[in-house]
This record gives sequence, structure tokens and C-alpha cells, in this order.
Amino acid sequence: MKQTVKKSTWAVLLCVLALLAAVVVLENVLDPNKNIMVFAALKKGAVYALVAVSMNLLNGFTGLFSLGQAGFMLLGAYTYAILTIPAAQRDTVYYIYNGSAVNFSLPELFGGGTAGLVLGVLAALILGGCVAAAVAWLIGLPVLRLKSDYLAIATLGFGEIIRAVFQWDKLGPVTNGANALKSFPTFSSFNIQNAAGETVLRLSTFTAFLLAGICIAVIVLLINSTYGRAFKAIRDDEVAAEAMGINLSKHKRLAFVISSFFAGVGGGMFAMFANQAQAKTFTTAMTYEILLIVVIGGIGSVSGSCIAAFLYVAASEWWLRFLDAETFVGGVKVPLLRNGFRMVVFSVVIMIVVLFFRRGLMGDKELPDLFKKRRKGGAAK
Amino acid sequence: MLKIENLHVSYGGIQALRGISLEVPDGKIVTLIGANGAGKSTTLRTITGLVKASSGSIQWNGEELLGRSIDKIVGAGIAMSPEGRRVFADMSVLENLRIGAYLRKDKDGIEEDIKWVYSLFPRLEERSWQLAGTLSGGEQQMLAVGRALMSRPKLMMLDEPSLGLAPLVVQDIFSIIGEINRQGVTVLLIEQNANMALKIADLAYVLETGNITMSGTGAELLADEKVREAYLGRNG
Repeated sequence: MKQTVKKSTWAVLLCVLALLAAVVVLENVLDPNKNIMVFAALKKGAVYALVAVSMNLLNGFTGLFSLGQAGFMLLGAYTYAILTIPAAQRDTVYYIYNGSAVNFSLPELFGGGTAGLVLGVLAALILGGCVAAAVAWLIGLPVLRLKSDYLAIATLGFGEIIRAVFQWDKLGPVTNGANALKSFPTFSSFNIQNAAGETVLRLSTFTAFLLAGICIAVIVLLINSTYGRAFKAIRDDEVAAEAMGINLSKHKRLAFVISSFFAGVGGGMFAMFANQAQAKTFTTAMTYEILLIVVIGGIGSVSGSCIAAFLYVAASEWWLRFLDAETFVGGVKVPLLRNGFRMVVFSVVIMIVVLFFRRGLMGDKELPDLFKKRRKGGAAK
Repeated sequence: MLKIENLHVSYGGIQALRGISLEVPDGKIVTLIGANGAGKSTTLRTITGLVKASSGSIQWNGEELLGRSIDKIVGAGIAMSPEGRRVFADMSVLENLRIGAYLRKDKDGIEEDIKWVYSLFPRLEERSWQLAGTLSGGEQQMLAVGRALMSRPKLMMLDEPSLGLAPLVVQDIFSIIGEINRQGVTVLLIEQNANMALKIADLAYVLETGNITMSGTGAELLADEKVREAYLGRNG
């Protein structure tokens, strides 16, 4: 039995490496200027996949219905941005506040150049995660006493408060008030250029995939560990879990902190994707988008969240774009097609998906489970 | 040895236990019988720490358990198989057993005990990969007992293991309880099925509306007229 477990682990690892290689090839073969949508969808998909998996860890595996994801992403995005804007750019970015209160930039502290960039960006992303985790730890104590809907409302409120605080004028020298933070390193900064400034190897989409992949792998390892089992036990039956000696408040808080950490990292990556960080983008609507991905993918399925993230982003940003353009067929304007119609169709598609896949695309199964033979007598409900 | 003295428990103004005292000597099977609402489950839940007592004492090998957290109590060697089985429905049988060993760090010992539980309940081994929610009632009860055994307890508390099971399955479960006891685990058993419980018990207590009204060996109570009338339904 141990043999088969090992085999499937290797198979998964190989698939992931193949996927990463495919991304690099795709990125360097297709003309990015003609396929802006493809790569934008892939990058945003990778970021959303990470945040969705982090939300799934809490909602799907621990059974805590939290809606604070956008708030934690905001914390990560701002931490990342504030720590990585080049010192020389700070006056331009913070022009309203006569410069920034933070006058260093991590990539420069690490000596600049490629190594500085990589280390600085990694450190800033991790610190972003840590800030989100620290805040989660603080609010976890009072908030996690609440259950189901009440927990959802409390965390939703938290997200809104965070957004308001970061737009507060008095904090301007740090957060740039309601204005966007920009000029920091983005995914495109990881494209390799030659001396003449021409891009020789594009790695921006690859960077997004790699970062998200590593984080998701860590979450998967956690879910399969003893802690993961304890989380699932809490989800299935709190009283029985407690009777097994699982400390409920400690484990719930742990799940909340870890989920928030990865939401924070995801937020930093979102800033990298969007080329800017602005509090007004991290709305409740964003949390709902992520919740939708988790539900469509299957509550309690990591691979489901990943697949749904890409399908969701691709469908909403790319495949349905043609519905927004006014189109003429043989001189006759096609009815209904106009700006915004895309979202109408998209909503209908989501309703249909939810009606036909009541437990999401994957239920609580993972992708490798689909390839395994059904065990004798197994899984017969 | 578990020793309870003058234990009072109340929930929201209602007194569930009105000063009970009982003893569970090492290596014995002790049973607590009584009608619905007599306070049997409350007693177990108080011992595990799921319910807070208002006064009294629960001593485990001379150490006070009241006021300790549940993980400390489980860690001290007291396990409970809760009423209604409460297996983790969306986890496999094997995962359920591993959760039972949550507080243990000895990996080899855990693997050994999984084998031990499978030898006690061969049905569970056959269904090792099945989700616990898909098991039959009897299998779920076996899993609940097996899961509690995984913490390698010195005292095993069983809350109504016969609940909702067919008579033959109940016999199976009871014979395994006897087997577990022969292997050195002290058992505190709560039952509605007084007949079965008294037959295997070394010591028995009768609980009525929060008070212990009778105690004795299993055989004594089984022969007692009052007990026969009230709990065994064989008047005359």
C-alpha cells in the first residue's frame, strides 16, 4: 500500500513539473502582445487558485465559514507593495503626501540586481503573509468563538474595516491613502532581458505559477499531516474531536492563521499581477468571487479549487469577452451584445454549473482519485 | 482507579447530578445503569471534561481531574466512545483510527495499535479505506470503540454502545468489550440494556434522577427484585 501512495505522489509531482514547463514554453512561443488575455487569465488564475485553496483550508477542511479573504489579501498586497517600491520612485508614488514614511526597499536592501529582486520579492511576499497571519491571530481569539453564519458576518465586517482603515487619509504616508501604490516589481520583472533591454526569456507567467504552486503544495502537505486530520475531525464533529483530545480553540486558530498567511501571500501576488495595490479593489465582491471558486470547485477539494480558479477567471475575463462587443453580422447588429452582457451570461453559466454539479466539479475528491480504481466496496453511499 | 466523590453538575439551572459518589477499580468492568435523563451521560461527559462540574471531586489514580482540559484528561489515559457513535463521517476508517491516536507521538506504537484494533474488529480492516459515514450502525460502533482504544487508554468509557443496534450485533460488541477488559483495560460502561450490561459487569451502580440509588456486583443487581422490575422488565 505504501508503494502505491509513493507512486501517485511521484505522478502528481511529474504532472506539476510538466505543467510548469508547458507554461514556460507557451509563454515564449506565443506572442504576448497578441495574447494579452491568455496570459492575464493564467496569472490571475494562479493567484486566485492559491487564495481559493487557502479559503478551502478554512471553509472546506476545518469547517469554519469565514469571509475575510479579501481583507487578508489586502494586508498582504499592501505589505508587499510598501516594502518593494524602489526608493527612487517613492516620491512619485506618494506625491500627495510628500514622500513615503518607509524609505527603504527590500530588493535594494538585498543588493539589487537579479538576486536582490528574487530575495526581496520573496521576503516581501512572506512578510505580507506574516502580517495577515498576525492580524488573524489577534482577531482569531474573539471571532472564532462564533459559529457558521455569525463567523461569516464577523469576518466580512473585518474585511470592510481593514479596507476603510487603509484608505484613511492620516495613514497616507504609509498606505498612500485612497491612491494606488505602484512602481513595485511585478511578474513581468522576472522576464530575463539581455544587455540591450530586449526580453530573451519570458518567465512572468511561470513565476506566478511557481509561487502559487509552492504555496499550494505546502497547504496540501499540511492537509495530509496530523494537523490536517485534526482539522477534518473538527469539521466532521466538534464534540467527538474534542473527546479525542483535540484542542478546539487552538486548532481553529491555527487553521485561521495559516489560511490567512496564504491569503496574504496571494494578496501580494495579486498586486504583482495587477501592477498596483489599491484598497478599493479588495472588496467583499472579491471574497465572493473566491468563495464561488471554492464552491464550484468542490468544498474540500484542493484540485477542484485550482481547476475552478482557472475556469472562473478564463470564463469571466477571456472566453466571454466577445459578448461585450457590439457585433454586426451582415450589416445587422446582433441584439443584446453590449458592454456588461458578458456578466449576465456568466451568471447564468454559474447557475447551470451549480445546478448540475451540486457538490462542485470535484465534490471532495482530488484529481488523482479520479484515476484510481474504485476499491472493492468503497465509496458506496 | 477512578474515584468520584459527591459530584454535582447542573446545566442552566437544572441539576443533572446531585452529589454522586462511585469507584471504578483498575481492571474491572463497571456499569452505570438507569433510565433516560438519570444523568448517566452527564457523568461520563463530566469525567472527560466536556461538561463542567459545580462541585465535588473526580480523582484518577490520586490526581484531581476536575478543572483539567480535555486533552490533559485524554492524555492521562481516559478515553471515551461517545453516545451515538459520532464517527467522523467524511474521513476513512483508517483516518478515524489515527485521529484517536492524536495525542500520541510514538509512530511505531500507533501502527501496532492499528493492527491490534483490526485484530479485535476484522470488519474494520476490510473497510479500512471506506468513509466512516458509509458504514453500518454496528460497524460505526466498532469504529467508535476502536477509535477510543487508539489513545491506548487505561480507562475506557463507553456511552450506550448498544444504542440502535440489532441484538446479534450487540452481543458481538459486548463480547469484544469483555475481550478488551481481559487485555487489561478498565471499562466504565453506560447502558440502557441493563440485562447485557449487568451480565458482564464486575460492579454496577443504578442512577436515578441524579442520585445513585443502588450498587453492588453485576450478579447481585441482576438478581435484585427492584432492579428486575424497573430495568429488566420481568416483573413476576
